[in-house]
Amino acid sequence: MNAQRPLVEVRDLKMHFPIHSGLLRRQTGAVKAVDGVTFDIYEGETLGLVGESGCGKSTCGRAVLRLYDLTSGEVVVDGRAIGTESQGSLRRMRTTMQMVFQDPQACLNPRMTVGAIIGEPLDEHTDWPRKKKRARVEELMDQVGLNRAFLNRYPHEFSGGQRQRIGIARALALKPKFIVCDEPIAALDVSIQAQVVNLLEELQDELGLTYLFISHDLSMVRHIADRVAVMYLGKVVELAPRDALYDEPLHPYTEALLSAVPEPDPAMAGRKRERIVLKGDVPSPANPPAGCNFCTRCPKVMEVCHRIDPAFREVRPGHFAACHLNDPRYGPEHSESAEPTAPEATRTQHGGTR
Amino acid sequence: MPAGDARPVLEVRDLRTVFQTRGGEVHAVNSVSFDVKPGELLGVVGESGSGKSVTMMSLVGLLPMPPAEVRGGEVLLDGEDLLKVSPARLRDVRGGEVGFIFQDPMTSLNPVFTVGFQIIEPIRRHMGLNKRQARERAVELLELVGIPGARGRLSDYPHQFSGGMRQRVMIAIALACDPKVLIADEPTTALDVTIQAQILEIVEDLRARLGMAIVWITHDLGVVAGIADRVMVMYGGQVVEHAPVHPLFNDPRHPYTRALLRTIPTVTGARADKLQVIEGQPPMLGAAPSACPFRDRCPLAFDRCHAENPLREVVAPNHDVACFHPLAHTAKEAVA
Repeated sequence: MNAQRPLVEVRDLKMHFPIHSGLLRRQTGAVKAVDGVTFDIYEGETLGLVGESGCGKSTCGRAVLRLYDLTSGEVVVDGRAIGTESQGSLRRMRTTMQMVFQDPQACLNPRMTVGAIIGEPLDEHTDWPRKKKRARVEELMDQVGLNRAFLNRYPHEFSGGQRQRIGIARALALKPKFIVCDEPIAALDVSIQAQVVNLLEELQDELGLTYLFISHDLSMVRHIADRVAVMYLGKVVELAPRDALYDEPLHPYTEALLSAVPEPDPAMAGRKRERIVLKGDVPSPANPPAGCNFCTRCPKVMEVCHRIDPAFREVRPGHFAACHLNDPRYGPEHSESAEPTAPEATRTQHGGTR
Repeated sequence: MPAGDARPVLEVRDLRTVFQTRGGEVHAVNSVSFDVKPGELLGVVGESGSGKSVTMMSLVGLLPMPPAEVRGGEVLLDGEDLLKVSPARLRDVRGGEVGFIFQDPMTSLNPVFTVGFQIIEPIRRHMGLNKRQARERAVELLELVGIPGARGRLSDYPHQFSGGMRQRVMIAIALACDPKVLIADEPTTALDVTIQAQILEIVEDLRARLGMAIVWITHDLGVVAGIADRVMVMYGGQVVEHAPVHPLFNDPRHPYTRALLRTIPTVTGARADKLQVIEGQPPMLGAAPSACPFRDRCPLAFDRCHAENPLREVVAPNHDVACFHPLAHTAKEAVA
């Protein structure tokens, strides 16, 4: 699947929000929400984008669709650079790229019927007669598993999972190639999450969609994504095919993140697992630390990390990481621990029953 | 490890809570019974709307009445029925003998008072310490939950703390008066996994040191698997399964528990091609239950499930299930 051409190319994307202060409201700094992110999304794949809240993953997703004006960098979607397009021609491109938002309560207009909500993109971008539009809306409702009879109901009459289905149907209306899913399941209950994720996967198989799936739920991303990018403080620290990332994380942050996920594993129930507990909080993106962004919390921090920001390198084919541990120049004595198998082996699992 | 023979510090029997709404009654809690022993951690799991939070808030009268109404049952805290005591006594219990950690640390701290004031307030109210002693105690508590520079931060306001720090402040307030029972209502749901791991460590550590009983409400089965001694699964305002943590995860008996465990993907082990789903929606709780609340989504439902509400029956030591199906009573690894 990965041998295909990239549908979305993101190059050194930066999204800074200015901070104004003082009497004259001069710009005194910037929140570096996304600070130099580079990745490709191949046609037909799902790229998972994970990270803690405030790491810039949603901003990144929105910037990729140019819902913000980029500070710098380039985004190419389906062969066209959208970073500098005028709003008018951008508008015509919206048919190929759509978004599913996090909160299905907030992103649906409470005064519009479901039919009107799903049909709105058709009103904007097509000159179809009303009958044809209605047929398309009904087709979409079938596709996402909503009863056609609910066409004239309002969003408040639906449950959270059904509302998310309405949001998905709206995103699908114009037959897009690329959909950014910004935490589509975060607001839903576990049993409903699985329904929505399965729906997204079925639609992908059926329609050949490409997803950027933004989530903080590492286990759900493992299920849905083909490749996974991990963000920390505005930067992608690791990008790898799913299994490589979950089995052999190369960046200490990914490792810590994975070990922090509590697991409902029957074999482990009632037993204690060795966790890597990170100290402290994420630094403010308005004032990131010098050197590596992660150096303030990293359990494997070295002297060089405080001075030089590690480059985002291809450590192994298809497996990128931004960490000095993987650089033979800086981490010779640490190079053993950067080997793929070593972190796995050192993470002992002692089974003291409580 | 809780002593097996200790007397429960909190015992709840047959609790029923009803909300009066314009659209009719909502029976949010139906005959819920459970107990917690000192030093024990009881996990309460369920979807939103399953009655977990309402149950716990009913215990100490935190629900606005009306529209809420506790229709019946007993809440015995060391033998004293909290549903029958005077409001003044209940105020002593709240924050004193029963500590509460709420879900959202952003909204449950008062933004216009300093953090120090909010910790000192219950200490002075319940423990009768003077200002200086209370201040010392507050510093001690903040250090206990791992806030660096605790003394200096007493005069800070909640907005100067990050989410994880605010939740620690909430924990410090809940622990302020050495409660016998700590009720934690989704304390880590609003937090990131790395911060959640920090909070879980603190709670583990505090439980070992202070030996209080903890009721931990969550919808995250992973969290429960890691910290609980016993687990209670709620669905539709009722307890459908209750067992020590190991049997619950290895030998779940109720079809809902089984389905719930199967819907969750993991970060290790085999990856399923397709997630298992529980079809359908959670039930509306418009009336007192007359049939099994899970019947419409249950793959094993049969005639009796539509006619009668199953009672909790003991199927193994300390393990009870509310299900009529024979598989719930016998099978270890059943095909459901």
